[in-house]
Amino acid sequence: MKRNVLLLVIVVLLAIIPLFIQKGAEFGGADGEAEAAIGEIDAEYEPWFDSLWEPPSGEIESLLFVLQAAIGAGFIGYFIGYMRGKHKEG
Amino acid sequence: MTFSWWKLSYFLLALLIVPNRAFAMHIMEGFLPIEWAIFWWVITTPFIILGLRSIRKTMEENPETKMLLGLSGAFAFVLSALKIPSVTGSCSHPTGVGLGTVLFGPLAMSVIGTIVLLFQSLLLAHGGITTLGANAFSMAIVGPFIAYFVFKGAQQIGLSFSLAVFFAAMLGDLGTYIVTSVQLALAFPSEVGGFMASFTKFAGIFALTQIPLAVSEGILTVIVMNFLKKYNVSELKTLRVFSTKEAH
Repeated sequence: MKRNVLLLVIVVLLAIIPLFIQKGAEFGGADGEAEAAIGEIDAEYEPWFDSLWEPPSGEIESLLFVLQAAIGAGFIGYFIGYMRGKHKEG
Repeated sequence: MTFSWWKLSYFLLALLIVPNRAFAMHIMEGFLPIEWAIFWWVITTPFIILGLRSIRKTMEENPETKMLLGLSGAFAFVLSALKIPSVTGSCSHPTGVGLGTVLFGPLAMSVIGTIVLLFQSLLLAHGGITTLGANAFSMAIVGPFIAYFVFKGAQQIGLSFSLAVFFAAMLGDLGTYIVTSVQLALAFPSEVGGFMASFTKFAGIFALTQIPLAVSEGILTVIVMNFLKKYNVSELKTLRVFSTKEAH
């Protein structure tokens, strides 16, 4: 248990430290940046297919991302509770 | 005073010259020429079919592992939703396929990873349908296969279970990004320097951003495994996760 907490602290630090090292960076996760790199190599390239559906706004997109994480985390929480309960009975 | 002016103008110039690149991990919709899109789909499809068979077989033989399969999927879902800042000043996300690979083998993860990617491309406009074959190949096939062989290899040379899991998840994650760089470089070779120049360009962006994230993914996978080792020993033995040395 102690070891897991320590490991989790390392993960959190790994995520936080960049925010301090890279003050003022954009921290975009933009796929658009990949387009820039492709554009530099092949300026002629035109994407030939568009996403079937795009979230109408950043808000909707974040809603869907949160849902994805929440559904997954919900199951993980259920799993942990279920297994611990089973363990106690057994 | 002039000194700080210098600093400021230098900084602004640096901002202009140094492109601030950020990559999410997938190749965007429509950004692979059609012949490459089809090529990767053709390569990927058999793995998915084999993966479906592999999952069906495991579920028939060991129905008690159903919950673990759900956990593997949930873990991949959560981890790929976490956009984590990296030292390069951009964000990317882990893959989360290492856990399921250690439990169920690489073929099973080709299915689960593809499901995650499909969800992201349909609902988040993240990645794409035309590029799903390529993205699945990197994240759901090569990543898991690397993780699998690293895990088995680490056990062979007698590393502890936790370390084997850590390296498997970490290198699987890094491998995914390297494959993505290769795919982009194959589709977009530079006029000067060809494939290698493009690969260096893409990999330089990817690999650096991904290193701390790969470490995080390795650690998170170990944390979950620590729990499983405590509460699900019988299932782990059924799935032959432990090396012969550890399995007493």
